[in-house]
Amino acid sequence: MPDYALELSNLSRHFHLKNGAFKEPTLLKAVDGISLRIRPGETLGLVGESGCGKSTLAKMILGLLEPTDGDVLINDKARSASSRLSMARQLQPIFQDPYSSLNPRKTIEQIIRLPLQLHKEGNKESQKKAVKDISDLVGLPERLLKQYPGQLSGGQRQRVAIARALILKPKILVCDEPTSALDVSVQAQILNLLMDLKKELGLTYLFISHNLGVVEHLVDKVAVMYRGKIVEQGTRDEIFQNAQHPYTKALLSSVLTPEPALGLPEVLDSSAWDSAQAS
Amino acid sequence: MSESTLSLNAATSGLPVVPEWRRIMNRVVGHRGLLLGSSILGVIVVLALLAPWIAPHDPFAQNISQRMIPPVWHDKGTWDHIFGTDKLGRDYLSRLLYGARISLSIGLLAALISGLIGTTLGVLAGYFGGRVDAVISYIITTRLALPVLLVALAMASLVGGGSVETVVVLLGLLLWDRFAVVARSTTQQLREAEFIASAKVIGASTSYILIRELLPNILSALIVVMTLEMAHAILLEATLSFLGLGVQAPMPSWGLMISEGKSYMFFKPWVIAIPGITLMLLVLAINLVGDGLRDMNAPEGRN
Amino acid sequence: MNRILDIKNLQVSLPTANGVLRAVRGIDLHVDKGEMLCIVGESGCGKSMTSMALMGLLPKRAEVTAEVLDFDGLDLLSLPKKERNKIRGMRMSMIFQEPMTSLNPSYTLGNQLCEAIMRHKGVSSAEAKERAVYLLTRAGVPMPEKRLDQYPHQLSGGLRQRVMIAMALMCEPDLIIADEPTTALDVTIQAQILRLIRELQQEFGTAVIFITHDLGVVARIADRVAVMYAGQVVETATAQELYSNPMHPYTRGLLNCIPIPGKTAPGSHLESIPGVVPSLIGELKGCAFANRCHVSTSECSQRTPSLELEPNSTSLHQVRCPITATTLQEAM
Repeated sequence: MPDYALELSNLSRHFHLKNGAFKEPTLLKAVDGISLRIRPGETLGLVGESGCGKSTLAKMILGLLEPTDGDVLINDKARSASSRLSMARQLQPIFQDPYSSLNPRKTIEQIIRLPLQLHKEGNKESQKKAVKDISDLVGLPERLLKQYPGQLSGGQRQRVAIARALILKPKILVCDEPTSALDVSVQAQILNLLMDLKKELGLTYLFISHNLGVVEHLVDKVAVMYRGKIVEQGTRDEIFQNAQHPYTKALLSSVLTPEPALGLPEVLDSSAWDSAQAS
Repeated sequence: MSESTLSLNAATSGLPVVPEWRRIMNRVVGHRGLLLGSSILGVIVVLALLAPWIAPHDPFAQNISQRMIPPVWHDKGTWDHIFGTDKLGRDYLSRLLYGARISLSIGLLAALISGLIGTTLGVLAGYFGGRVDAVISYIITTRLALPVLLVALAMASLVGGGSVETVVVLLGLLLWDRFAVVARSTTQQLREAEFIASAKVIGASTSYILIRELLPNILSALIVVMTLEMAHAILLEATLSFLGLGVQAPMPSWGLMISEGKSYMFFKPWVIAIPGITLMLLVLAINLVGDGLRDMNAPEGRN
Repeated sequence: MNRILDIKNLQVSLPTANGVLRAVRGIDLHVDKGEMLCIVGESGCGKSMTSMALMGLLPKRAEVTAEVLDFDGLDLLSLPKKERNKIRGMRMSMIFQEPMTSLNPSYTLGNQLCEAIMRHKGVSSAEAKERAVYLLTRAGVPMPEKRLDQYPHQLSGGLRQRVMIAMALMCEPDLIIADEPTTALDVTIQAQILRLIRELQQEFGTAVIFITHDLGVVARIADRVAVMYAGQVVETATAQELYSNPMHPYTRGLLNCIPIPGKTAPGSHLESIPGVVPSLIGELKGCAFANRCHVSTSECSQRTPSLELEPNSTSLHQVRCPITATTLQEAM
């Protein structure tokens, strides 16, 4: 068993933003020297707001974007040194938008079966059986398999995405805001499913989200990302009970729980944590 | 909460389940332009296919004694030649029916060739972006800067014009620009879609992603372009033939029929009116179908 | 007369290819002057349709009917179009979810801020600008004079929403409808914007209908809450009362779904509402929530419950469920 299911060593991605033909391009450090380690079976929550670089980070982990610097290690093997196919068997994504993550022109069965076909695993019969088994596992009724994504509800589509991610039996899932496009009652169903699957299959999760309530419920460790960097990381209790960085504190105080007596939190000013970032 | 309670879908939640083909039929029938266009087009296609069996005469058989017979609604018309005869005594209706075959096949084949070229270029440019896009966009711009008719004329006179095949290839090589532009922009929209990303992460090859994941999703837009380019090709063929650089005599091309009749147009107007009106009907029908299909694909037409 | 808006039996239907979509199915609501009413519900419950109907922004093919649709003594449904437009510009305004798309990208902010007040109130351009600068300052927009000459794309999302709020206040409206105004914003910005809306609302005494799906937001800003499900109001009460004593099974279900830091045990099984929302096409028989409800009886799917005053509560607490009062207490 590897020491770390997922390890990021000094991972960076810079973009050159063009400012017209005659000006110098600006350098945007979308991800700036991030190092993270996740042990097998652990769930790490990556928290940050839009534009902090968490999606860029996820793309690099998934191999959709080449890092400018650093490397992604999956089960102790460098992503850059392994083939797409072998990586696909170890790590799979679950995306935010279940409306865009499924090809609208394919049936649910075709969508879930595709990984097996591409990896030439088994024959048609065994593949169909595997699709049925995995659909059962994620709570997807069999009669939906013949339908198209457009005929399913948001929660059902997210179950399809989870089934597709799990059919190659990977050990690591990268969940990029998996419930933020769903209604709260459906969100709870999907979160329960993710927790059940983790127990049953011994999965490792990188759980990217801006919803701290959800993160607190699901994860063992938390990393807080701001402007391309990890500003604070620790166990769930360390972050939620005893945050140190002003940005983490600001994020935590902005969480609006359904408790009317508490009123609205104090107005926060980004200068507090920007100066902390600079120092 | 048990898993079984989640086994509700659109069907059980009360959405009326209408079969897909039924919904499409309802929408086609509900769209007047599309209905009219596809009916006219359907009639022309059927007549063209059945031409060898329904044409009353041999379209090439000349009969000097039967020259310039007016159509049947004219005082001197006969039921033997419903649309009359041309200056060589050939039956106009038969030539019209065979001519439809030429127009339709040239339109279809030219649109297919240009569709293949344009879609390939557009998809590659849209998907890869960067330098590939820059090069292909340059090619597209170059092509857009060329006046189609002039280039077609020049090329036709260079290769000598003549056969249906030459015209098809010539038009196919010239009419791909709209395919390229549409394929490029629709591909750009879909390139970042999460289902493309997840196909990549699964390990799908680029060609698989382009052909099996992306293409089916831009096909409906391309079919609309296809109808418009088909109409375009049919008109261009008629133009080239009219100018003597397209299909050559004695083939019964509609453009050629108008050309051959032009010296008689003041005294015997039907010789150009009949092929002219059929040509207009065909192009109109194809355009109506194209417009209708575009409306069908538009998001507001969905619900 | 303390009411600014009174709605009785509001219905909205839209013809679609699959049949008539009855998005709003008889809503009774009222808004008092200077009050913050939150309408909360999940996607497709009809909350946005309600707001569009109030603003008169629905497409022509939509059919809007109501027994009463009274805005400060004026019957909105029978009002001539010209009068209606005037009310929409001057006395009611709206804040949308996506500030990028609700501001016109090709006009300066100054133009867009001042247009309505100059047209409707005949105010001079200088006076309008002065008010715009004042409101931008109040909305926490730095360098307000400079902003008047800027275009929407030059501002960040949070700033744009502040500009939208300032714009909504330009004509001193009596009612603002805010449709998910913070959903597109980051959480730290969201807290700031909510605070701003609350402060300005109290300062100017404007009534606000705040539409959202987020029960956390509702809890923190609402005076009164209406919970919507399948085109109907299923429960309405003051925020305090609703959160401490939720009556309708749907409201209870929603509140139990949300993991709360420090309250919900991490990793525990979350409660969820089984099943999916019913289709709003055609008629619904009986209670719309019956097939997802854990206390429903066979009678629930036969008889449509009405919105009744909850007898045990002191405040105006209405629930659309005949079972709650007695059985639910014992079942819990």
